[in-house]
Formats: sequence, C-alpha cells, structure tokens
Amino acid sequence: MTPPKPNIDIPHPKVGLFVSCIVDVLYPKIGLATEKLLVSQGVEVVFPQEQTCCGQPAFNAGQQKDSLALAKNFLNTFAPMIEEGEISSIVVPSGSCAAMIKHSYAVIIEKYPSEELIRQHQVIEHNTYELSEYLVEVLGVGITPSHRPLENVAYHPCCHLLRDLKIDQQPRHLLEKLTDNKLLSLPEAETCCGFGGLFSLWNEEISVEMGLRKVRNLKACGAEIVAVSDAGCMAHLNGILIKEGHPCRAIHIAELIADNGLD
Amino acid sequence: MPIDIDAPYKSRIREALSDSNVRGAVNRAMSQLADRREKAVAAIDNDTMRDEAREIREHSIRNLPKLLRELEVNLTRNGCKVHWANTDIEANHIVKTIAQTCGTKTAIKSKSMVTEEIHLNNSLQEIGVEVVETDLGEYIIQLANEPPSHIVAPVIHKRAEDISKLFQKELGMEPTLDPAIMCEAAREELRKYFLKADMGISGCNFAIAETGTLCIITNEGNGRMVSSLPPVHVIIAGIEKVVSRVEDAVLLWQAATRNATGQDASVYFSMTSGPKKEDHADGPKEVHVILVDNARTNVMEKGYADALMCIRCGACMDVCPVYREIGGHAYGRTAYPGPIGSILTPLMNENLNVGKDLPFASSLCGACRDACPVKIDLPRLLLELRNDLSKQKITNPFQTFLVKSFTSLLKRPKRYLTMTKIATLISKLSGTKTNTFASLPSPFNRWTRSRVLQKPSAKTFREIREESHKQLKHKDQEMG
Repeated sequence: MTPPKPNIDIPHPKVGLFVSCIVDVLYPKIGLATEKLLVSQGVEVVFPQEQTCCGQPAFNAGQQKDSLALAKNFLNTFAPMIEEGEISSIVVPSGSCAAMIKHSYAVIIEKYPSEELIRQHQVIEHNTYELSEYLVEVLGVGITPSHRPLENVAYHPCCHLLRDLKIDQQPRHLLEKLTDNKLLSLPEAETCCGFGGLFSLWNEEISVEMGLRKVRNLKACGAEIVAVSDAGCMAHLNGILIKEGHPCRAIHIAELIADNGLD
Repeated sequence: MPIDIDAPYKSRIREALSDSNVRGAVNRAMSQLADRREKAVAAIDNDTMRDEAREIREHSIRNLPKLLRELEVNLTRNGCKVHWANTDIEANHIVKTIAQTCGTKTAIKSKSMVTEEIHLNNSLQEIGVEVVETDLGEYIIQLANEPPSHIVAPVIHKRAEDISKLFQKELGMEPTLDPAIMCEAAREELRKYFLKADMGISGCNFAIAETGTLCIITNEGNGRMVSSLPPVHVIIAGIEKVVSRVEDAVLLWQAATRNATGQDASVYFSMTSGPKKEDHADGPKEVHVILVDNARTNVMEKGYADALMCIRCGACMDVCPVYREIGGHAYGRTAYPGPIGSILTPLMNENLNVGKDLPFASSLCGACRDACPVKIDLPRLLLELRNDLSKQKITNPFQTFLVKSFTSLLKRPKRYLTMTKIATLISKLSGTKTNTFASLPSPFNRWTRSRVLQKPSAKTFREIREESHKQLKHKDQEMG
C-alpha cells in the first residue's frame, strides 16, 4: 500500500496539532511556537480538545494494556478528522510521541486487535509527522535568519527521532540555516542523554550520569544552546544544567526557529 | 574491590557508579571498541551483511530440531561422542563423568560463555580437577577470582595497574605497566599448563550441521592448543549455535569479528571435525560434544526466539550508554551483561525474580538495535519482557500502581483537564520566584535529587491558545 500523502498542492493545508502532555502542562511555549511556525507557512492548525497523552509512560513501563486506553483516545480523536477530510496530517513537536503513535501503537493493537483500531491506525500512521519532518519534507520550508545567525548552538538528536523515525537531516538542515552553517559538532552527539521517560525516575542514578556525560560534551564544544526535539530530554538536560550552574540551556527546535528565523 | 554481584540491583548500581577506576577503565575500553567497530562495519556493505546474517540465524532457530539432528548424525560420523544436556547440572555432570573416566587432573580452557553460564569451573574443581583459563582476559579474572564483565573482553573493567598488581601478587612479577611484559609473564605460566593438561575444554561459536564441524573464534591461538594438544577435547555448545552450511559459519564469523573487535578477521578460526585419525600427525584421541539447552527452549517458548539468534559479539554492550556507565558486573550474577543479557538473564532463570530489574535498566535509546549484526530488535524485546513481568506482577507494585493511576487520569479528556488544572494550581501556589522546583517529596525526589524540575506553567497550552483565539475573535468583531 502506498502511504497516502497529504496534498501539498492545496494552498492552505490543514493539520491537526498534537502537542503532548508535557508541552501542554510544562512547556506551552513549545506548542505556541509550533503553531506559529505552521501558521506562518500558510498551514491552518486545528487543536482537538480531546487530546491528552500518547501513552508512552505506560507502554514503556510494560503496562501495554493500560496504554491501550490512551492509544484509543488518540485514535478516536484524530483518525475521524483525517477520514472525514477535516485535516490532512497530524503534526507532533516530539520525536518520541510521534514514534509511539506511528510504531508502538501497532504493537499494542496487535495484542488487543479490533477492526476499528487497525483501520484507524492505518489512517494515521502515514499521516503523522514530527515537526521538523513536516516542515522540511512536506512544506519544504526555507529559512532565512530574521536576526543575526544564532551562535554556539549544538544539536542533540533525541533517540526516538534519530533511530526510531530515522529523522536527522531535517532538523540539522533547519539548524544549519539558523546558525549560518555554524552548528557546533557535539562529541558523542548520538549517545542518549539519559532521560528515557520513567527510566529517569526508576533508574535515576544511571539517568543522571548519562546526563552529566552529555553536559560534559556540551561544555567541551562550547555550546550555549543545545537544540532538542523532545520536551522530556529538554526537562532532563535543563534540570541538570541548572543544578550544575552551567549557563548552557536545552531549547526545543520549534522555539528556536519561531523566535529566530522564518521565511 | 569488585562489586558484590549477588547484592540487590540498586546497591550494585550504586557500587558500580561510585567506583571511578572501573568506570574509567570501562569507558576507555568501550569508546575504543565502539570506534573500532564503527570503522570495521563502515568498510563493508554492512546492511547486506546484516540481512544475510539475520537470514542465517533465523533459518537456524526456525529449524532447530532438524538441524540439531543433522548435526548429531554428522558429528557422530566424524567420531565425536555427542551428549545432550537439558540443564546446567546435567551438563556439568557429563563433563565430570568424562573427567573421572579419563582420570583428568588438569583441564585447560579456551574462552567460553556457556561454561560461565553453567559454572563449569567450580563443578570440576569440586572433584579435584585443576581448571586453567588460557584466554589472557579469562586467565586474569580467574587469578583475581572474579566473573567476566563483558562477553568478549572479560577483563575490560580492570586497568593496567590493577592487572600489574595482580600479577605481582599471584605470579611474583616485577612491577610494570607494559602490557607486552605482562602478557609474556602470562604466556610463560600458561605454557606449563598447555603441556601438562590432559583435557581441553572449549565453547563453540558455530556448529555446522552439514559437516559436523565446530568452530571457535580466537585471537591468541590458545583455542587451537586447547583443541589439539590434550588427549581429550570437550566442546560445550548451546543448542542455538547450530547453522546449516559451512558458508553460513564463514559469514557469521565475519559478522561476529567486525562487530566484536573491529578486526577484518580474527587471528584464528579453528574448525574441529572430530578426533585424530590414523594418518593425522596430532589431535585429541577423544572429542566429546555437549549440546546444552539450559532454558534455551524456554526462551523460545516464551516468545523470545529472536534473542537466541545472538552470536555473542558484544556490540550491543559496546554501544550501550547504560553499560558504559555501570559496567558488566552491575548486571549481577549472569554470564551475559548489557542489553542482550538484560533479556536473557531473566528469561533463563527459573526464578523470575532473578534479573527482574534488568529489562528496566535501559533508556530504550535503540543504539543496540542499530548495532546488532543479526538485527535483533533489543528494545522491542525489552519492552515485551517488561510487559510480561508486569502481567505476572513481578514488577515493583508501587511503580505499577503509579503508572496505572496516572494513565487512568490521562485516558479521559475531562479527567485530564482536571489534572492539568491541579498542576497549574500547584504551580501558582508554589510562588513565582523561580519556574523550577529544587526539591520535591518522594517519589519525585528521584528527579530532584540531582536535577531541578520545571514547574507546570501557570496556564496550559490549551488555555493560552483559547484566550488568544478569543481575543482575535473579539478584535475581528470590533473591526466589524
């Protein structure tokens, strides 16, 4: 089956925005920046109020049956909107939530199958995009820095975005534009920051040591900003950076672009 | 002092993280191994090799009974004596019986993880057989009386100075940090045993069914001496080691070597097809092959056949960010640390409580899945195992309860809204001086002990959005 692609010839594509629970409650700015970016590109943004959490915490805790309820809520919220043509795509400013929706839902549904869930998942799995993927692949966004190019920016590829969704060039492309091709080379960039969802609580000591390694590498390359695509990794890294009294900050890529450069 | 590998999980982790010498050694060695590995796989068409290696291993595991029968027939035809062991106890009993029948006094061993798994050395020592490890790394940890901490590089947790001290104490060597001198000292010592041993014990990397040939990969040549010098050669192989054809073993040899040590090929690849024949110049008089199940069938029956495709290259631990921080001993009493060990250890133990924390000792970053030469989806298996453990109520009940209640709040939009209202309220009540919490009560202090926590926003995204949309509407109306 060829994946149904959104029709980008439509002058004003309409997308459903899933912000994730962390963004909704802890970092609304990321959601606002995401919407601003999409709107600036002529995209109409719909925010269904029924959305809650994608279900990653329960799924990763090994409570797949519990995560089923959240998968259902997501699918019941978004799938009909696509089926009825109200939106063409779903945009998510988080690599890990996008990976959960696209890949892990299939694992849950395989265990608790129903015709409706299978159909709904087929409808959304090829139409769900992580933000940088949507901007670059679907909209072909070109960025010219609106102010001076950003300096001392490093990129930490979040694991699910990099390895599960295999999205790496897209955010790097956007960041190279923002920094006038001076994105720093972060040592051990592809090593996990140690967040890992509930791993950061149940295995806090290991999680923090992994985070401290990332912080040492950020220091080593002189980063003042580390761009990330997941609010969880951002909370973890900033939690350590602030505690350590280090001036570098993790900032979500949506905020960086919305604040510093657009066509 | 090495970690107490029988201590509870949390204390093992704490001990491991507080030992800066071990951490330094593991970190240096793992960076080196990972770098070498990356170069070695970049030099070839790794995607194709992985596909082919995967196909071979899938074929082996899917056709295990048939291939094992073929292997037995051909081994027997070659003059080997084939034994089957269901459990570790049975396997050890078979080796002990062979040793007693042959009057074995000294057994030399080449590196073998399955013998670590069944604790063969202890078992032979109990009946008075002297057992000497001849792989340099294994020899060092045998002298130190420690278990291996990595499946390829067993002594990775020790620094040169640690090994020097050990050799001074055990071998009476002069102090030196020169690895070549230390290696020479071990060689001198091991030579005595090579010459006097009356039994050689080896593991097996691949067992070729069509020819009845057992292959071992080594770099030091000790494997060849173990398999050819003593009059009796005992080979211990997990039943999953079988492959169909000679070409399969050769391809897997490539895959294993590039991923294990970053070499194009190991220095030695020894193939044994039975005892010395009349026209042979040398070789053992007797070759015994012990095919060990020891819960492998259980692993398969529980739905984790993929884990049996492992060719023991160690790449998953070399690239694992968790292994790199804690090292192999923190994984407890098991022959298999790292991501693959976190799957095999709980599955291979009858007591489900053994290793129950290991599937959770992963951030699920996926580096292991990308590295694995036989494309085992390790994060997926870890997730399945978490799910199985949780269904069997073996996971921490408090954690399960927290996640369950949290999820039940999130699954209904109305409850979710109430919860976000409470979160924003907490944020408002906690003052506006900073936007982070510096310390929180249990269990959230697990976060705040070493990190500050971002406070909930005073208004959620959806509240802010709704307000701004209302304002826009209002403006539109005013403008008429």
